[in-house]
Amino acid sequence: MNYTFQWGVALQHLPGLLEGAQLTFIIGFLTFWGASLVGLVMATLKTFGGPIVRRLVGAYVVLFTNTPALIQIWFLYFGLPDVGIVWDKFTCMLIGLILNAGAYLTEIIRAGFISVRRNEIEAAETLGFSLVQQIWYVIVPHIAKTIYPALANFFIVILVMGTSIGSVIGVQELTSQAKDLATVDYRYLEVFTIAAAIYVVLTIIASITLALVGRHAFRVKAKIF
Amino acid sequence: MLDRLADEIPRFFTWGNVVLLGEAMGITLSMTLVGCVLGFVFAFIIAFTRQVPGFVTLPLRMAAILFVEVFRRIPFLVVLFLVLFFIQAVARGTSLFTVAVVSICIYSTAYIADIIRGGFESVPRQQIEAARAMNFSHLQILGSIIVPQSWPVILPPAVVFMVGFIKDTSLVSQIGVFELTFRARELNNMGFSGILVFGVIAFLYFAISYPLTRWGQWLEKRLER
Repeated sequence: MNYTFQWGVALQHLPGLLEGAQLTFIIGFLTFWGASLVGLVMATLKTFGGPIVRRLVGAYVVLFTNTPALIQIWFLYFGLPDVGIVWDKFTCMLIGLILNAGAYLTEIIRAGFISVRRNEIEAAETLGFSLVQQIWYVIVPHIAKTIYPALANFFIVILVMGTSIGSVIGVQELTSQAKDLATVDYRYLEVFTIAAAIYVVLTIIASITLALVGRHAFRVKAKIF
Repeated sequence: MLDRLADEIPRFFTWGNVVLLGEAMGITLSMTLVGCVLGFVFAFIIAFTRQVPGFVTLPLRMAAILFVEVFRRIPFLVVLFLVLFFIQAVARGTSLFTVAVVSICIYSTAYIADIIRGGFESVPRQQIEAARAMNFSHLQILGSIIVPQSWPVILPPAVVFMVGFIKDTSLVSQIGVFELTFRARELNNMGFSGILVFGVIAFLYFAISYPLTRWGQWLEKRLER
């Protein structure tokens, strides 16, 4: 192996990479909350909706969990202009990721819904809670504790797997920045190693924060590693 | 829009394109299968290494833990680029398919090792201590106590991971392996409508992934008993 590592050259690109890391975090955050909202609405429809609505939500989940996120995003980016809808790449990526992650979260949240005791929902019904009130005041506080570990885990998955897809259609997040900056002086191995290290640090920070939040807010003994 | 689709569909489903997509499907599947099976073997070795107690094997254990924790926190795309540029520095002229298989292998090793560790930990501690008191060697403990009890816990999530990984291999198109996603982009560039191309490719992924997912769920139910 005759490859000389030159870390000095690669380290000059650190500010650019950190800028990308910032965007990566923002995308991960937006995707997670967007997908949580989609998941909550879909899980509600699947649990309380009529038979047709339930079928439709089931089809959404099966379709989006069985096709790659990349194809979904490309469908939005290259397919939709044919019918006259033109979105920029950031919107396409965000909507694609939210729809994809939302399908997985629907299943996670629905598993939480099932775990809520029937009596409590009936009690809330008797007290005259509307459906939205039942979900917000009775079900969500209940399942937040149950599904917190799964959600925390999923956030890390989005932060790692999801956001890097942005580089494929040219959103300037961490992987994309690494690809561009490596081309400046052909130090691919070094720049990508630094990018990988940033990903590791980013996700460890996220894991520790989520574990501490879980411990204080829900008394969940979430594992950090 | 519809007349454009009607115009393109006969041109799209020519014999050449069907063969092209069939081959691409074969590459996607074989890449995932080889990578994940090798990954399962390595993951098993890593999980076993983590089980062996003693001061002498401490560096080995640390290395195993480090490998799993680091590669679970790096996006697949970054692993792919790292492997690509590393292999090009070491052995020029390696085929891109090999690069893809090696990356898939590394990535699935890290994930499956964690699944296997979870399975190993599901075996009650006392049984292992009892076996050790009866002078079983580590291999004997593994072969006749841990594995027979933990494989129903390990197999379903491992299968779910492998099936899920078929979708993530779409990212391999980024280094230029001629698999389904790459062909999708190519056909799109040839002028076919994005909705048609990406719809068909999404359907092909669905056709691979959905039966396997159902099989995984069936396996899970079956082994639960």
